[in-house]
Amino acid sequence: MSNQSAPLTYSRVNDDIMRMLEKPSLKWLALFVFDLSVLGIGAMCFIYQVYTGLGVAGYSHPVFWGVYITNFVFWVGIAHSGTLISAILFLFRARFRMSIYRISEAMTVFAVMTAGLFPIIHLGRPWNFYWLLPYPNQRELWINFKSPLIWDVFAVSTYATVSILFFYVGMIPDLAAIRDRVVEKPRKFIYSILSLGWKGSNWEWMHYTRAYLYFAAFAAPLVISVHSVVSWDFAMANTPGWHTTIFPPYFVAGAIFSGLGLVISLCVPIRKIFHLEDYITVDNFEGMAKLIMLTSGIIGYAYAAEFFMAWYSGNPHEWGQFVYRATGDYALFYWIMVVCNVIIPISLWFKKVRTNIKALFVISLFINIGMWFERFNIIVISLSHEFDPGNWGVYKPSLIEIGITAGSFAWFFMFFLLFIKTLPAISIAEMKEILPVPRKGAKQ
Amino acid sequence: MKKNQGVVGVYSYVDSVLEAIRRLKNAGHEKRDIRVFSPTPIHEIEEALIEEESIVRFFTLAGATLGCICGIGITVLTSADWPIHVSAKPIVSIPPFMIIVFEMTVLMGALSTLIGLVVNARIRRNAPVSLYDPRFSDDKFGLAVVCEKDRVRDVEKIMNDTEAEEVKFEGLH
Repeated sequence: MSNQSAPLTYSRVNDDIMRMLEKPSLKWLALFVFDLSVLGIGAMCFIYQVYTGLGVAGYSHPVFWGVYITNFVFWVGIAHSGTLISAILFLFRARFRMSIYRISEAMTVFAVMTAGLFPIIHLGRPWNFYWLLPYPNQRELWINFKSPLIWDVFAVSTYATVSILFFYVGMIPDLAAIRDRVVEKPRKFIYSILSLGWKGSNWEWMHYTRAYLYFAAFAAPLVISVHSVVSWDFAMANTPGWHTTIFPPYFVAGAIFSGLGLVISLCVPIRKIFHLEDYITVDNFEGMAKLIMLTSGIIGYAYAAEFFMAWYSGNPHEWGQFVYRATGDYALFYWIMVVCNVIIPISLWFKKVRTNIKALFVISLFINIGMWFERFNIIVISLSHEFDPGNWGVYKPSLIEIGITAGSFAWFFMFFLLFIKTLPAISIAEMKEILPVPRKGAKQ
Repeated sequence: MKKNQGVVGVYSYVDSVLEAIRRLKNAGHEKRDIRVFSPTPIHEIEEALIEEESIVRFFTLAGATLGCICGIGITVLTSADWPIHVSAKPIVSIPPFMIIVFEMTVLMGALSTLIGLVVNARIRRNAPVSLYDPRFSDDKFGLAVVCEKDRVRDVEKIMNDTEAEEVKFEGLH
């Protein structure tokens, strides 16, 4: 239990945050074992798919981008709010980011690691995935840099690398603080290596703060570029429902929206379990809720603009696609998306809802569901209802695809559970930055 | 005389550290011989002790420029190496290549920033490990001074006068 009545001091910050790294409880272990078993099911499904062939996935003419690509876009989207919170809000000096940015950065890294699996899972011959990389080869062929799929490889791998660097560099002073506190030799050894001999001298801080600023300056436009590139995977094709210039801002806003949803879903239980009420405050949640209001407004507008442009363009294929989305075989999914992403977040316009943690948690779960269906709708419905009525068809995910999807969530949560128990989930050094500097004048 | 003595004072308050720094500078100690360990960055300490800008920015610029050149190089040269028209686009098609160039710029800029940080934070200005105390990553500030043997007592006096809670000595090589 943390000493919640005492005011926050430098020392208490160390105590409270390092308390999270103590020996895991039985509940944590039970959760971890459950998570591993779901991951095992996912892994078996994948092995079965590799052994048998992609036929075991639910792909059928004309839909050959299904749940796997949906998951890819969903997880890349989830990965966006981490860098938004850590980089863009850092550049804007938004103080509400301090206590939540480490959790959201961790979420970013693990979400990119999850997203990166899906293009490979989606391949018929996954062992050839490295053909996407430019390297001199016997065929004397280079990759096609004009293909959006190659842009994706560069964008996602750069994003993964920069997110990991940003996550790690932000943690170096905290790793040193843990190194100084732990007594067990193996742990001390590991944290000593990870903290790169950090001592917190004024020279180190000077280079560190500048380097962090440059990382933020790189990461901010990178966030915008990555989901724009992912949206071009679709927008560059002339499929009705895909071929539109609003896709990049629409995808970026949706990505930030979904990421913030998952940050809230993760922060609420962590705050309760580890008694972090003094760190992750209601104001922090309200800040995130306001960003959700903004991004929900943008994607609500995008949904409406898509419909309007389909009608106003006079293109029968485009209009047919959108009427089909709202009234066709997948209408239920379309309306789940609209309700979860646009209607339910309207409640956040009320301060009472924005400051009610339980309500926020429930809303964030709806956002996660709604955003998964948004990706599904964009990808699957567009493909299943293209130009030629003879070429229309309905796709249903197979059990194997559902198993692999469940496995991907388990993969993400496995890393997250390990993170909570091994690394500081709240930035110790940055929490101290927002506390008043200890001064003799302020002595009690 | 050789500066081979280290003195470190443990402080609880930033204003005491700043006062000690002021007195040390008045007593003729050079800024580069004074180091402060703190659990979080304190701008007043940085202003009191450091005049120059961090050179990490040159690493960042060099890495980003190299990344940009590599991005242009790999897209243009590989396309020219096997000139085949795809979707009636020019062989060297600038708009799609800009995406690769941007990503390469960011990637190499970020990697070189990390290298710049690690290299610069570690070289020469790092106080010897023996002057460090684990309390400096918790709630204490450490003021370390490297000086000649005959000035140790003066430094100790300044630290005691500015309410250092503890003063430690270390012979350096």
